[in-house]
Amino acid sequence: MGKGIWVYAEHKNGKVKKVTYEMLGAARQLADQLAEEVAAVIIGKEVGKLASALGEYGADKVYVLENDALAEYTTDGYTRALAGLAKEHRPTAIFLGCTVQGRDLAAQVAQRLQTGLCTDCTKVELQDGQITLTRPIYAGKAFVQAISPEARPVMATIRPNVLPVPEPRAGRAAEVVQVDVESGDIRQIIKEVVRQVSSRPELTEADIIVSGGRGMKSAENFKILEELADVLGAAVGASRAAVDAGYAPHSMQVGQTGKTVSPQLYIACGISGAIQHLAGMGSSKVIVAINKDPEANIFKVADYGIVGDLFEVVPLLTREFRKLLGKEKEC
Amino acid sequence: MKVVVFTKQTFDTEAKITLDAQGKINPEGVSLIMNPYDEFAVEEALRIKEKTKGEVTVVSMGGPKAQDVLRQALAMGADRAVLITPELEEIDEYTTATILAKAVSRMVYDLILGGWRAIDDGSAQVAGRVAEILGLPMVNMVIKLEIDGGKALATREIEGGSEVVEVPLPAVITAQKGLNEPRYPTMKGIMQAKKKPMEKLTLGGLGLTAEEVAPRVRALKYFLPSPRAQGKIVPGEPAEAAAALVRLLREEAKVI
Repeated sequence: MGKGIWVYAEHKNGKVKKVTYEMLGAARQLADQLAEEVAAVIIGKEVGKLASALGEYGADKVYVLENDALAEYTTDGYTRALAGLAKEHRPTAIFLGCTVQGRDLAAQVAQRLQTGLCTDCTKVELQDGQITLTRPIYAGKAFVQAISPEARPVMATIRPNVLPVPEPRAGRAAEVVQVDVESGDIRQIIKEVVRQVSSRPELTEADIIVSGGRGMKSAENFKILEELADVLGAAVGASRAAVDAGYAPHSMQVGQTGKTVSPQLYIACGISGAIQHLAGMGSSKVIVAINKDPEANIFKVADYGIVGDLFEVVPLLTREFRKLLGKEKEC
Repeated sequence: MKVVVFTKQTFDTEAKITLDAQGKINPEGVSLIMNPYDEFAVEEALRIKEKTKGEVTVVSMGGPKAQDVLRQALAMGADRAVLITPELEEIDEYTTATILAKAVSRMVYDLILGGWRAIDDGSAQVAGRVAEILGLPMVNMVIKLEIDGGKALATREIEGGSEVVEVPLPAVITAQKGLNEPRYPTMKGIMQAKKKPMEKLTLGGLGLTAEEVAPRVRALKYFLPSPRAQGKIVPGEPAEAAAALVRLLREEAKVI
């Protein structure tokens, strides 16, 4: 044992993000093949209480880096903490979730460690003794498989929602290592944080996404998608055409110039299926398309399609899903 | 204020990707554009220039064709351009960042802007690496930017919302869609752009060796996703089709 496959444990609102568990699963497999340990690194204020969950999902060791100045994520504070720890322990690999925070942190840490970084990876495996990373490029229109032949640690950000969450083992405990960490000089001063209050999941983490395109015709009409989404516990997305028309904010855009998503189920409503949209959602497990144009490109990638008026079909779907899912709740 | 903008030439978003005989991404017949996120960065730089009587330098790394994006930025209103053509077989983000940082370190600047990611490799790490090399503070994915004295007040996108971050200048800031609406070059701008200075640099010209910028990551192979099988159209009147679809998603696809 020694060295180690590290997972950066991102957390939000006192909870570990799901992508962390997904990464622990992959890290566990690699570590077992390499006879190394899996370590999770958690940074923040009063985050030590999250260590037990990390152990149950596969971490042998949890480095807890706590400091009041690290209560909120800042590029400088977290880069110093993570890169400093890595310089001391020289792990074999470090994985971070490909989230807003993970991307920001990974680039700076990789440079400080003078190593490479593969971003948004969808596969991590050992091939000929090398940690081999697969990632989509051109928003999923192609893939590249890459290695870091010499530079260590191997660094990667991992796309959320792609790797399976391992089965947790209740009571499996990790060794908790409290690390004294200095916050140092943090040049980013957070003046204000605005969070949209939403009961819906993040687009990039959602199991189900209901998405609307130009065919929605107005911002108000997105209400029918929201109703369907709420029955399914889904997130709501939009195509570039809908965003450019002002029907939805850019934060909801799925596609090459928006978010790339991989849900279990993607329901495309009034979306024609432009190549730039398909690039962002083509790796969804099951795609459903609802469009009145039977020639629409979206039907070429959809597993199931309904040719019809979405304003008629979507509310009917909401009703059918409510019947199905409501019934189960009563049981 | 002196602003440096990084820009990259990328494939058009509508481009279909194919592989060439060597198994690499085939650039033949693909139309090339300025990375859309970089357009926001150029536009923001121009707005700052107009407010502060400043100067905008656009910098790109690439082959001779990349001059097109630099000319576009000049036509939009940038003052001068720098094209770095390192002529290296293999590069990664470490390579690019080391070269760009070296190029910028010869300049006088108050702010470095760029798109938060390029739409081709989408790695979103070159700007962050440059900030680290130059020892500058970084703010990513900015949708609103105010410059006040020696500080930047940047509103950035975070998951489920936004935050306002203050950093001292000089800083590296990356643009997200929503920052502004990029202008189109005017005919006058296009004519003027032809006379604006464009410096062309090589790796050696920057005082770097291939060894100093050697990539950390090596691509083993490129491949295209397997096409999705054609699905089925659920027939019937809307009510009938909706009920059938829900049943299929439960019993056949097992995703509900």
